Amino acid sequence: MRIANQTTKAVDLVREALDKAKKFEDYHCFISMNEARALEKAREIDEKIARGEEVGRLAGVPYALKDNYLSPDGVTTAAAKMLDNFPAPITATAVKRIEAEGAIMIGRSNLDAYAHGSSTENSYFGPTKNAVDPTRVAGGSSGGSAVAVALGIVEFALGSDTGGSIRQPASYNGVYGIKPTYGTVSRYGVVAMASSTDTMGCFAQNADDVNLVMDVMAGKDAKDSTTLEKFWQPNLPETKGKKIGLISDFMGDGVDAEVAQGVKDYAAKLQKAGYEVEEVSIPMLKYGLAIYYIVQPAEVASNLSRYDGVRYGLRSEKAQDLDSLYQETRNEGFMPENKRRILIGNYVLSSGYFDAYYLKAQKARTLLIDAYRKTFEKFDALLCPVAPAPAFKFGEKTEDPLTMYMEDVMSVPQSLAGLPSISVPAGTTKNGLPIGAQLSAWRGNDQMLLSIAKAVEELS
Amino acid sequence: MEDYKITIGIECHVQLNTKTKLFSGVDNDAVDKEPNACVSPIDYALPGMLPVLNKAAVEKAIQAGLAMNCKINLVSRFDRKHYYYPDLPKGYQISQMYQPIIGAGVIHLPDGSDVKIEHAHMEEDAGKLTHNGNYSLVDLNRAGTPLIEIVSMPDIHSAAQARCYCEELHRLMIYAGVTNGDLYQGNMRFDVNISISKTDELGTRAEIKNLNSFRSVERAVEYEFKRQKALLEKGERVKQETRGWNDATGKTTPQRSKEEAQDYRYMPEPDVPPIVLEQDYVDQVAAKLPMMPMAYRELFDILNLDESEREAILNHPVLARGLAEACQKNAALSARIAHWFSGVLLAEENLDKDFGLATADELLELSEMVEKKELSSTGAKAVFIEMYDKKNTAKKPQVLAKEMNLLQENDADALNAIIDEVLAMPECAKAAADVRNGELKAIGFLVGQVMKKSQGKANPASLNELIKQKLQ
Repeated sequence: MRIANQTTKAVDLVREALDKAKKFEDYHCFISMNEARALEKAREIDEKIARGEEVGRLAGVPYALKDNYLSPDGVTTAAAKMLDNFPAPITATAVKRIEAEGAIMIGRSNLDAYAHGSSTENSYFGPTKNAVDPTRVAGGSSGGSAVAVALGIVEFALGSDTGGSIRQPASYNGVYGIKPTYGTVSRYGVVAMASSTDTMGCFAQNADDVNLVMDVMAGKDAKDSTTLEKFWQPNLPETKGKKIGLISDFMGDGVDAEVAQGVKDYAAKLQKAGYEVEEVSIPMLKYGLAIYYIVQPAEVASNLSRYDGVRYGLRSEKAQDLDSLYQETRNEGFMPENKRRILIGNYVLSSGYFDAYYLKAQKARTLLIDAYRKTFEKFDALLCPVAPAPAFKFGEKTEDPLTMYMEDVMSVPQSLAGLPSISVPAGTTKNGLPIGAQLSAWRGNDQMLLSIAKAVEELS
Repeated sequence: MEDYKITIGIECHVQLNTKTKLFSGVDNDAVDKEPNACVSPIDYALPGMLPVLNKAAVEKAIQAGLAMNCKINLVSRFDRKHYYYPDLPKGYQISQMYQPIIGAGVIHLPDGSDVKIEHAHMEEDAGKLTHNGNYSLVDLNRAGTPLIEIVSMPDIHSAAQARCYCEELHRLMIYAGVTNGDLYQGNMRFDVNISISKTDELGTRAEIKNLNSFRSVERAVEYEFKRQKALLEKGERVKQETRGWNDATGKTTPQRSKEEAQDYRYMPEPDVPPIVLEQDYVDQVAAKLPMMPMAYRELFDILNLDESEREAILNHPVLARGLAEACQKNAALSARIAHWFSGVLLAEENLDKDFGLATADELLELSEMVEKKELSSTGAKAVFIEMYDKKNTAKKPQVLAKEMNLLQENDADALNAIIDEVLAMPECAKAAADVRNGELKAIGFLVGQVMKKSQGKANPASLNELIKQKLQ
């Protein structure tokens, strides 16, 4: 990562990023740009450097901010009409920490509205195009951030991952993406999706850059009671010889042959880099998706209750009385996918169905976590694809929500268990579409995964 | 014909008097503040905001639970209760549906009956709406104030007992120090569930929501009993519904029926980790818990107070504490202090006084002065009330009495001198002669004259004797 110093000017780094953003405007990575503020901050950093002052570990590094993080720079939309013009009065903890080290936000990146989706097609502002094949989706929900890094506009970007929203777009665009252990980075100031699996992570071009950004963001935050004490270390640990399980359940039926081959090739590289790889079956994982699409919509429905048109955000012009204020505002402000999840969520939480769906799902979630715990008694890390197939065409899956949900089948089990999981580039298909390999570990072993990925990186 | 038996269960919301709100660091005391002056982004549910549990509220909840002799659950959790209303910014209230912090317990009432507590849980209060014709105003000052909701078992069987329960609950919360207890400000609010039946099987209940005075609890129960009885006697059924109380008409009116009841879609609160307590910590809180009303009642037994007098004093913890201290030091002198409290200090005109100004030692000293006849009871009352004036806080009763020229003359020589003067007065000659002739009621006139001459300081009891001796 290029950091500003005596010879590299922050202003030049930022200008270059802004120019590239303009050049790649068609990809629609960004919902809004932060040009003036970004240049102003870059100048401040250059002045500090000139005066010989301390400037931080990310000094002058331009980055893209997923537009569900609150920050007073510009407006936070969550890609939803509901928050179309919402100036945030506070700064998310993650943003505060990144910027305290000198990083400069050049723009707010596109996402599926409220992070609901796997393609960024659910954005109120229109979809983001895939960095490799613009006729295909960027993946999602953090599609804008992934593409901004893949196109080289920025060297890192922040995202959020609730069931795969960082890992899947990272794999679709051939970059690194991390979903850390639940509680590693504060959720304070990020528009909530599903609170019990929401994690804040990032995209970058290599393992070291991911490590640096995460080291800056990680750690306890008094404003988020679910954050963990900081376990992140500046340097990656030595991991040669670790035992990695290749999840056979995610290598067969329903998985694109080229994707499976890409992951197998990655396994071979792991062995070459000094790791032990062995196949493992975890039958419980196949229930992950079913559990996730009960727990997540329930939390989504709850978290979206606050958008009622009373205090901020959209208020429908059609509102006549209290009921129509709620109905019309929520009808206009939410995208169809948002509404679908609210309906499912309210359904599984309603008194007649709570036991049959929500409670059962939570029990199954406990079994899933137990299955992981047992597996990690024998293995240090697990390997599987990020998604069953490479990036798909626009509109290919929007008609059938279920096929879209299937995109998440390999990424949600880790989310439900709070495990760290990274997406690393694992070659391409014959057509040149990126394939992503996914490495997961038990809670707290995030840096082991990055160390493994780095070892493979160093082979080439 | 056998009459209907009434069965009552009461839910009481108590606002805890913590410095800050339950989940935000904002001032919890909104009395006399502008609307929406005590509101943080957490309270108005800005996107991305997360609740952070206030530890002081947890401690107060534990104190409240211990005051009700309840089991404290070492693990408790929060849940979300969903409904839409403009006074509820998040669209859900953070409450404890499944694992409350306070378990079962029992409250002993002053009337000798017991009411069991089912459980009590922590939750956050909602804001307040003011309806103005075709628009409404939202004030979120109260949104996020910590509450405990205390749920009784259906152990109450009369309007008077219902009132007694609410009053005792109020005292317990005040003594535990967990609430300001101002009913007018809504610090405690009661929901009363009432059903009537002639058999052991309970009848259909109606719930009267949001009663904010003891009197309205009592009246609402009385009204409901009559209303439900009239329905049943006409052969109709009582509907299971929520009703509101109108203080002006003295009637309850339907609000929401069972069919219209909301589905709150309860869900575990993922943003607030479970409350996990150590038994040691609970024990420490228990050890620091102040003395409760029932213990005061037992202590005051020795004073033989009227029940109404005792309860009136108990309604003011500072007086109960003062009396208890006095009682423990010298019970014989303390009944008089109790009478002063209930008869003088709790009189309308003195209610604005700072009841904490006089110490138990000073009150005992004052009582002893009466005992030793250094002060008349009238004089003592005058000194007593002066003791509650800020400017007199440094002065002992002895000093005050002297300043007020109220010390009684008990010295026989001094009194005899005055008596001689009086007897020498021409206008007293007839009365003196009458007494000499055995007409003892004339002595009153002479006593009065001596009192006048001594400017009230002579002790009338000893005067009688001294005058008689002189004239016999």
